[in-house]
Amino acid sequence: MLNYLIRRIGYGVLILIGVNLFTFVLFFTVNTPDDMARLNIGGKRVTQDQIEKWKAERGYDKPLYWNKKEEGAAKLTKTIVWERSVSLFALQFGRSDARNAIDIGYEIKTRMGVSLQLALPLFILQVFASTAFALLLVFFRNSRIDFWGVVLCVLMLSISSLFYIIVGQYMFSRVLRLVPINGYAPGLDAVKFLILPILLSLLARLGGEARLYRAMFLEEIGKDYVRTARAKGLSEAVVLFRHVLKNALIPIITSAGSYLPYVFLGSLVFESFFGIPGLGAFVIEAITGQDFAIVRSMVFLGALLYIASYVIIDLTYTWADPRVRLS
Amino acid sequence: MPKIVLLWTDVVLYAMLLALAWYGWRIRVNDNLRANWWKVLRDPAAFSAAIVLALFALVTAADSVHFRRALAPSAGAPAGTQTFYATSTESLLDLMLSRQVAMRETGYSEPLAYLGLTKEPLEVDGKLKRDFPRLKHAGAHLTDPESQWAGDVTQRALAGATGGLLVAALIALATGALMSRTHGGLGAALRDIAADRSDLPLRAALLTVAVVCLIGGAVVGLMGHYHVFGTDRTGNDVLYQALKSVRTAFVIGTLATVATLPFAVVLGVLAGYFRGWVDEVIQYLYTTLSSVPNVLLIAACVLMVQVFLDKNPDLFETGLERSDLKIFLLCVILGLTGWATLCRLVRGETLKLRELEFVQAATAFGVSHARIMSRHIAPNVMHLVLITTVLSFSDLILYEAVLTYVGVGVDPSMNSFGGMINLARSEMSRDPVVWWSFAAAFGFMVTLVLAANLFADGVRDAFDPRARSFRPRFKRSIA
Repeated sequence: MLNYLIRRIGYGVLILIGVNLFTFVLFFTVNTPDDMARLNIGGKRVTQDQIEKWKAERGYDKPLYWNKKEEGAAKLTKTIVWERSVSLFALQFGRSDARNAIDIGYEIKTRMGVSLQLALPLFILQVFASTAFALLLVFFRNSRIDFWGVVLCVLMLSISSLFYIIVGQYMFSRVLRLVPINGYAPGLDAVKFLILPILLSLLARLGGEARLYRAMFLEEIGKDYVRTARAKGLSEAVVLFRHVLKNALIPIITSAGSYLPYVFLGSLVFESFFGIPGLGAFVIEAITGQDFAIVRSMVFLGALLYIASYVIIDLTYTWADPRVRLS
Repeated sequence: MPKIVLLWTDVVLYAMLLALAWYGWRIRVNDNLRANWWKVLRDPAAFSAAIVLALFALVTAADSVHFRRALAPSAGAPAGTQTFYATSTESLLDLMLSRQVAMRETGYSEPLAYLGLTKEPLEVDGKLKRDFPRLKHAGAHLTDPESQWAGDVTQRALAGATGGLLVAALIALATGALMSRTHGGLGAALRDIAADRSDLPLRAALLTVAVVCLIGGAVVGLMGHYHVFGTDRTGNDVLYQALKSVRTAFVIGTLATVATLPFAVVLGVLAGYFRGWVDEVIQYLYTTLSSVPNVLLIAACVLMVQVFLDKNPDLFETGLERSDLKIFLLCVILGLTGWATLCRLVRGETLKLRELEFVQAATAFGVSHARIMSRHIAPNVMHLVLITTVLSFSDLILYEAVLTYVGVGVDPSMNSFGGMINLARSEMSRDPVVWWSFAAAFGFMVTLVLAANLFADGVRDAFDPRARSFRPRFKRSIA
């Protein structure tokens, strides 16, 4: 177990190094620090002095990959790539490139809480709703309910999530006036802002998830142990809930677990549509403002969360299926 | 003589058409493939979906032949002087819909309306009065719109629908005539189709054709004199925009998956075949790639492309060429970032295949590695490639809308469903509500994605025996 964890974390660090190098090369070869300075200082006439000053302020006044002026190991360490990467690994995200130079680490800390408020209930409800709907279809398999249920699923997954949002916002906020159109308030007031995005997001993903889970259940239901359980005289409901559900947990965990990074990162579209100041909205702002420091930090954070969630998924396997041994 | 313009995406679409033709020839000569494709067509939903998809593909094809019109030489210019070409690039579809392009109003108008949406100061009998203005083109032929409008619209719609039904009936007759030899006469053939006793699910297919012809006919009947889906803020016909968006969706859906294939197949086969350190490196590559949340990765790449395009403005001549280059690069990015899933599948399959007898036999005969991989392994993973390609088509179309909303999708100057939805967001909060752009985008997009999904399901069921058992079917006796 410990052995497994160490290996997994070691591989994770390797991957993070890869991700970091990749984004660095991608950003800095196309967009040199001089370009960044010009973009962020703004204005038509930018003098070289201004550029140098901007670069010195932000620590961009060194060579990208290899510092010829220094001696020994400093050739490698006194470079932008080294300094930026090491600070990322220490989770020091630094300040954004834009003129107001916000503290990225602070923003992430405060915004992640907001994203969690939206994404955690959603995640739990999602797993429950999809499993329940899929179990219902499987319980009535080869009947009209199953057939039309699957038709409904296909129809639902053919509709873009943006349609759900726009129609939902229009119906519930504008016509029925049940909840505010968008915005956010901390504390208990958040409920009335969050309930609509949660419901709509749930609906938008239900079709695809339920259909996937249904296939997983059906795969289990053809197996021998199910026949044995039926032969013992167990009712169909007991067979489904006690036996099939337990055995189908592994694929369900895998599929639900792939959403885990987004529980922390939040949903780009939903947050910005509903004006919820989470991490997703933060990313969109950074993308529209072309703030590469923020995008780079978020890519790093995303990769970190991805690796962490895969360790969590593996650990959950051992809980769901005692036969699984991590080594 | 107009000057033909070859856009990047056009070239790729033509190449894909060629590849499709080659694949069609493969199906003809390969019994296995043929049997599987017959299975796809025997599925009523998949067959009907294929017809709808083919229609969308036709629109795409018509919109993929681009040219620039030659400008008339100035008066008095000596013969033989250089001809100049218009700055705007047009496509065959623009030519077909030139009436819709020309019917440009000044602002919003409801579907089938003859009046504008907002009141404007008008001069009536010498007095200034605020009222809804008549549209310049839609319903302009009506002398007394208030009494004539309803009758005119129904008449045109009915005429169009009847025409459409006639076409459908002709197609049904032609099908019957083709089948008459094997089914014993035209009447018997038609009866067999009606009772669903044909080899292929022709009843469902012909019903689909009839519905398409009915709706299409009515729209064609109306669109010469009205804006069937209304007009947008600048007075452009929404139907025209929706039709133009079909190509964008198609380009993204096909190009982006095709762009994943080289990496996914080559690297997957290499990893599975050689194992060892090659496998380790390739696994590391795709794990690294897939560990970054997808939207973020794409956003990062697209930002870079934007910077690159801004720095190199001499890569394109017209605005259309710029937005086309952008969508092409977007597809390449989607391909570069999206190959991990398929690569994983191909690697797993190759690991299995390399232990099989025919590969061992080839190795024993001294066949080279490259040849074993290309002749014996690659053809046997193609079913995975096919299934993944058709399945991801609809996903990508949905994805385009999200990306465009985030601001890293196609160029705003290019018609796309994402762009339409994006605009619809503010239009829905207007008073009175401007819902038609949104409704048109919704209708077209759902039809396209649904058809793609149904077709993909059919293909997956035919090529992946394991998936078939999950098909819901209810027995008539029970229900």
